[in-house]
Amino acid sequence: MSGLSDPARIRAELAALLGPGGLLADEAPLAAYESDGLTAFAARPAAVIAPRTADEVIAAVRWCHRQGVSFVARGSGTSLSGGALPVPGGIVITLNRLNRILRLDPIERIAVVEPGVVNLAVTQAAQPYGLHYAPDPSSQSVCTIGGNVAFNAGGAHCLKYGMTSNHVLGLKAVLATGEVVEFGGPSREQVGPDWTGLFVGNEGLFGIALEVTLQLLPRAECFHTVLAGYATLEQAGDAVAAVIASGLLPGAIEIMEQLALQAATAAVHAEYPPGCEAVLIVELEGPREVVAADRVRLEAILAASRPVEVRPARDAAERLAIWKGRKSAFSAVGRLSPDFIVQDGVVPRRRLGEALRRIQAWSRETGLRCANVFHAGDGNLHPLILYDGREPDGLRRAEELAGRILRMCVEMGGSITGEHGVGVEKRDYLPVMFPPGELELLRRVRAAFDPAGIANPGKMFPDGAAPALTHTGLHPLERAGVIARE
Amino acid sequence: MSPATLEELVAAVRAHPRVLPVGAGTKARLAAAGPGVTPVSTRALRGIVEYEPDEFTFTAWAGTPLTELAAVLAERGQYLPFDPPLAAAGATLGGTVAAGLSGPGRWRFGGVRDFILGARFVDGEGRVLRVGGKVVKNAAGFDLPKFFVGSAGCCGVLAELTFKVFPRPAATRTLRLTARDAADQVRLLRACAGGRWELDALEASVDEPAVFVRLAAGETALGPLVAELLGRFPGCELAPAEAAERWTAVTGFTWAYAGGALAKVLLTSGVVPAFVAWVRAQEGARAWIGAGGNVGYLSLPLGIAPAVSPWPGVLLRGSGPRWLGPRRPAAVMKAVKRALDPSGRFPELED
Repeated sequence: MSGLSDPARIRAELAALLGPGGLLADEAPLAAYESDGLTAFAARPAAVIAPRTADEVIAAVRWCHRQGVSFVARGSGTSLSGGALPVPGGIVITLNRLNRILRLDPIERIAVVEPGVVNLAVTQAAQPYGLHYAPDPSSQSVCTIGGNVAFNAGGAHCLKYGMTSNHVLGLKAVLATGEVVEFGGPSREQVGPDWTGLFVGNEGLFGIALEVTLQLLPRAECFHTVLAGYATLEQAGDAVAAVIASGLLPGAIEIMEQLALQAATAAVHAEYPPGCEAVLIVELEGPREVVAADRVRLEAILAASRPVEVRPARDAAERLAIWKGRKSAFSAVGRLSPDFIVQDGVVPRRRLGEALRRIQAWSRETGLRCANVFHAGDGNLHPLILYDGREPDGLRRAEELAGRILRMCVEMGGSITGEHGVGVEKRDYLPVMFPPGELELLRRVRAAFDPAGIANPGKMFPDGAAPALTHTGLHPLERAGVIARE
Repeated sequence: MSPATLEELVAAVRAHPRVLPVGAGTKARLAAAGPGVTPVSTRALRGIVEYEPDEFTFTAWAGTPLTELAAVLAERGQYLPFDPPLAAAGATLGGTVAAGLSGPGRWRFGGVRDFILGARFVDGEGRVLRVGGKVVKNAAGFDLPKFFVGSAGCCGVLAELTFKVFPRPAATRTLRLTARDAADQVRLLRACAGGRWELDALEASVDEPAVFVRLAAGETALGPLVAELLGRFPGCELAPAEAAERWTAVTGFTWAYAGGALAKVLLTSGVVPAFVAWVRAQEGARAWIGAGGNVGYLSLPLGIAPAVSPWPGVLLRGSGPRWLGPRRPAAVMKAVKRALDPSGRFPELED
């Protein structure tokens, strides 16, 4: 970067640009922005700014463009791939102050929101109208729509409802060049190249979303959630295959295995059938007549799958308890190990059992414990690799195992990431997934949006300076049980 | 030119300075090459490459006819839920993506953009490139497969596509609900859209203020849902043959003039009355409203061009500018076009 590099001057210019309160000045608050949900990495930015309006964001990005200063947009910092990790010498633009729902139209069933709006706040605002915002990452109570858009966030209901990109109808953004663009709009249909679809999942490499138009869906009338325990992980995997083959389309199909079950039991007093290596969660949803009919089919399938026990949720409270256990599993693992890293590779569904057996074998071989919690319906693994950061090579060994898992996912025809994004964490594995010609194409597209390479550099692509690896333990929010890793 | 192999496709692209990628030509405007432009069709590049029913995915060559795909998927009780249009006319998978067209079924689970997972395409330099993935969930790299939806051949020739599929519901029922006028029709569309019924399709006609509702689920569940809808709204259920005929007409645009202009415009339910008025102001115009009032289709007799559209749209058949209504060109769009097609072999984004 040949641009402005003196931190004091960067801070002075930004303070002048944004006026009082626009620049976070004290040392202590800055420290909180050195890492995101991927706590193994940390970097000190030259400055952190907190714009109050979209115009201030635009002004800041244009300043960065003029001065050749890198910027990283940040919401709540829950990225698990290091997507919000600062660029040394660059600035962090926090978007939490842009947290207004600009428009909620229950008739057209859309919401226009600023990037700092928390995911769950959209559903909460829509709830009085019987509507909801479908994507539900586990961190939904703190993660923001801007971050969801940047990383195409997923959640437990992707099989039926898709990811964030399937729910973003349009957006306004400031690109790294300072150009302000509007893609898409309020209609659920599109014409022309799908620019909105291209922007979602850009990992902050194109620019910053300023306004996002989201589609809202009527909340399902009825849910039926079943928890089934299995003596072996393989049986649970077979049950998933049987559910899929039956032609049912559940809203969610999740699996938790032993270590994760222990953690959830310890953390939120979840109760699971004893003697189970794995627990399957299947949720049906829809009009009550449809759920009633599907439920009979599901019961027959599960009964034939040799479960240790099947526990249907009898009421809303029992359903919530099942989900609480599932969604807390990640932070709960923190009780089992001081440190862990989480992967989110995808394998073809039919190879889930094989993938898990291989992870188990590698886990035994390396002596690193792995807790598996995953979206079985779409083959999206979430192995949590437990390590002790106080051991000199703890993190390195964990990363080595993570790398083996990622390579396996690609070999099986899957992906290195289902919903967390490549970020800084998996950038070395992008070439495992894409050959040189394709990587070059991705770089050309990136350069079209950001010719100077100032928007979140060092992410997604295997280049740039390696950020400092540190051992910092759980994210403070995570330690408090506010956020979860998924 | 209709290359039958990937190598032939690459050679065809490299051999001509200006190329218009086309499929079977069922969206004639998008397949109309201007002077000096060579149409390169992928219609001979056909067949299913991989089909994994247990994974809910398939990969097929771009020229594969939709009818062939539908038949293979149906054998395993699966389908593309967005009812890709013009199948009976011979439309191909690649043409559907490039035109960005979805049919009535897009209401429930989304359109072509929501089901595309990956693509292999030939860029402006004749390079074969793969984007996206082959599994139902993937967040690695930029989402270029989506970008190609509606791109009308501006940035490359689609050669091979990977899609997500869903299990096909066991049964469907179709209702014709009657409204007093266009305003009442909007009320009806909104009431249906907001309900508990999880409708499979929600469309409306313009020549009469009716709303067409399709439900899809297991047979036993549908009875009470149909009864409730008919108890709440005036209307009747269509007999199976009549229902099939109706949906065939909608997805096949058989209601439209065979040779005239056919345009798609983007709406929201609130502008449906304005759309109806816009249609009625045009001599001989026919129209259809899809996706709960989110899209309108306009058909005009041969030789008549659509009136200036207040809404963004695309001309699918007939002659005239490809894009309709307000546009928001941006510098970045040209830059992306250059990244994919540096020598300008394919059509401009705006023309």
